[in-house]
Amino acid sequence: MRRYFLRKILHSLSIIFGVALIIFTLFHVIGGDPVYEILGKYANAERAQDLRNEYGLNKPLWTQFILYLKQIVTFDYGRSYATRQSISEILSNGIGPSLSLTLPAFVITTVLAVSISLFSAFFRGKLTDRLILLLSVLGMSVPVLAYILFGQYFLAYKLGLFPISGYAHSLGERISYLVLPVLIWIVINLGYDVRYFRVFISKELNQDYVRTARAKGLSEVSVFTKHILRNSLVPILTNVVIQIPFLILGSLLIENFFSIPGLGSVIVDAINSRDFPVIKAMTTLVSMLFIIGHLITDLLYAVVDPRIKIQ
Amino acid sequence: MKDIVYDYRTINYLVRDKWAVLSGVVIIAYVILGLISNFKFADYALTATVSNSYLPPSFDSIELIFGTDLFGRSVLLKTLCGAYTAIKVGLIAVFISIPIGVVLGLVAGYFGGLVDDVVVWFYSTIASIPNIILLIAFTYVLGRGISSVYIALGLTTWIGLARLVRAEVMREKETEYVLGARALGARSSRIIFRHVLPNLRHLVTVTFSVQFIHAVKAEVILSFLGLGAYGTPSWGVMINDSKQELVRGIWWQLAAASGAMFLLVLAFNVFSDSFEHVWDPKVK
Repeated sequence: MRRYFLRKILHSLSIIFGVALIIFTLFHVIGGDPVYEILGKYANAERAQDLRNEYGLNKPLWTQFILYLKQIVTFDYGRSYATRQSISEILSNGIGPSLSLTLPAFVITTVLAVSISLFSAFFRGKLTDRLILLLSVLGMSVPVLAYILFGQYFLAYKLGLFPISGYAHSLGERISYLVLPVLIWIVINLGYDVRYFRVFISKELNQDYVRTARAKGLSEVSVFTKHILRNSLVPILTNVVIQIPFLILGSLLIENFFSIPGLGSVIVDAINSRDFPVIKAMTTLVSMLFIIGHLITDLLYAVVDPRIKIQ
Repeated sequence: MKDIVYDYRTINYLVRDKWAVLSGVVIIAYVILGLISNFKFADYALTATVSNSYLPPSFDSIELIFGTDLFGRSVLLKTLCGAYTAIKVGLIAVFISIPIGVVLGLVAGYFGGLVDDVVVWFYSTIASIPNIILLIAFTYVLGRGISSVYIALGLTTWIGLARLVRAEVMREKETEYVLGARALGARSSRIIFRHVLPNLRHLVTVTFSVQFIHAVKAEVILSFLGLGAYGTPSWGVMINDSKQELVRGIWWQLAAASGAMFLLVLAFNVFSDSFEHVWDPKVK
């Protein structure tokens, strides 16, 4: 067990190093000197030099890379150029709002999608099944922006069912602002998930244990809800769990439209103000969380299911 | 035997599947219309006539069927030229990413060992950066413009295919016909090009569809964020414009761009589904 853990941790460290290398290359080698882009029309040689000093851009590349690795370890990414706020503060302030949008939306979507795909598989080949798959494909094909604009314009602006946009820190008020964004997230993702989960469920349908359960005389409903559901949950959950670190990212577009001050909005604002230190820090942070999340999942699986270690 | 399967049975099945035919027709129509309008009307689609600002859709002339935008430009022509942009981005992105995916997957799966470790490490690394963020970082760094979009897409979306190809090649490598070829003294290059590569066609075809859809959607989102198309008609730019227009009751630009994108993505979704069913009847 210890050897397996050690191997996994070393592997994750090598990936972290790789990610750091890629992001660094992207921003410092391919991207070249960003100062004129940041300064825009206020650029002059002196300001440019100051900015290079502040972000260490005039040091040799390898020193810059070591400084960047240090930033990753200490979680201190310096200051945003546009707002002069500390970047770690911007990031940690954004996680809460992002999660309060994505976490409920994610949980509801997953539960709904599993139920619908199970329901669909129960009626496999029949009209209900085909209708569900048809609706999923149609739903997947509608552009994300169309959902958001339509929802905001009709449901919030025209019909006044929801507030148009906004966010509150007190929990009760926050919920009223989040209902529509959560709803839109669900509609956007439901089609994909239903189709995706349906494949896992289909794979279970012809297994021996299903035949045994039927042969025992169990009703079709209990074959589905007890046996097939439980067995297909394993691959489904594996695929669901690895998405969790991405949830802190929120949703760029939904947060932007509904003025939710999450990490998605942070990125969009950073793009608009050409705030390259923030974009770089954001890219790094989400990737690191993903790697760590992945590592924890792997280790937990090994604890739960000792067979995994052998591979 | 396997060569014949691709040529006759696949095409035969696809032709008999009316949804596959229909979606194929839609895709071809998009390509033709996009090409024609790009070469005939691209200038016209971007010429401003302020007096015609925001004319609602009408049947007075074909150009006005979807109304006009702020600058009096025909929304229909913009939509059609947007189709050209979308298809161009999709195709170029796919033509960059598919060779990378196939070559890396093939090399890793076939040679194994250290080569495999390096390739797997490389794609696990890229897969750890959320795709949308990586795309944003790429286009931000490369500078605004449609060419940044397809370079960014091409360089970031090959991972799925590389994984599939690697797994498939590892399986193929142990099959009897490959072992047989090797026993007869065939060189690696011959085994790869004659025996292994032809069996990857179905993976490539399905990936083509999936990545094309991804590219079209990503182009719209990046253009919307101000990182993509610039000075060329694009659905993303149109939808971005309509953000301000909706409150004034001007819906036609949003409807035209979303509708056009919906139909194209739907056609690709249906087509790749039909294709997958031909290849793997178990996935139903």
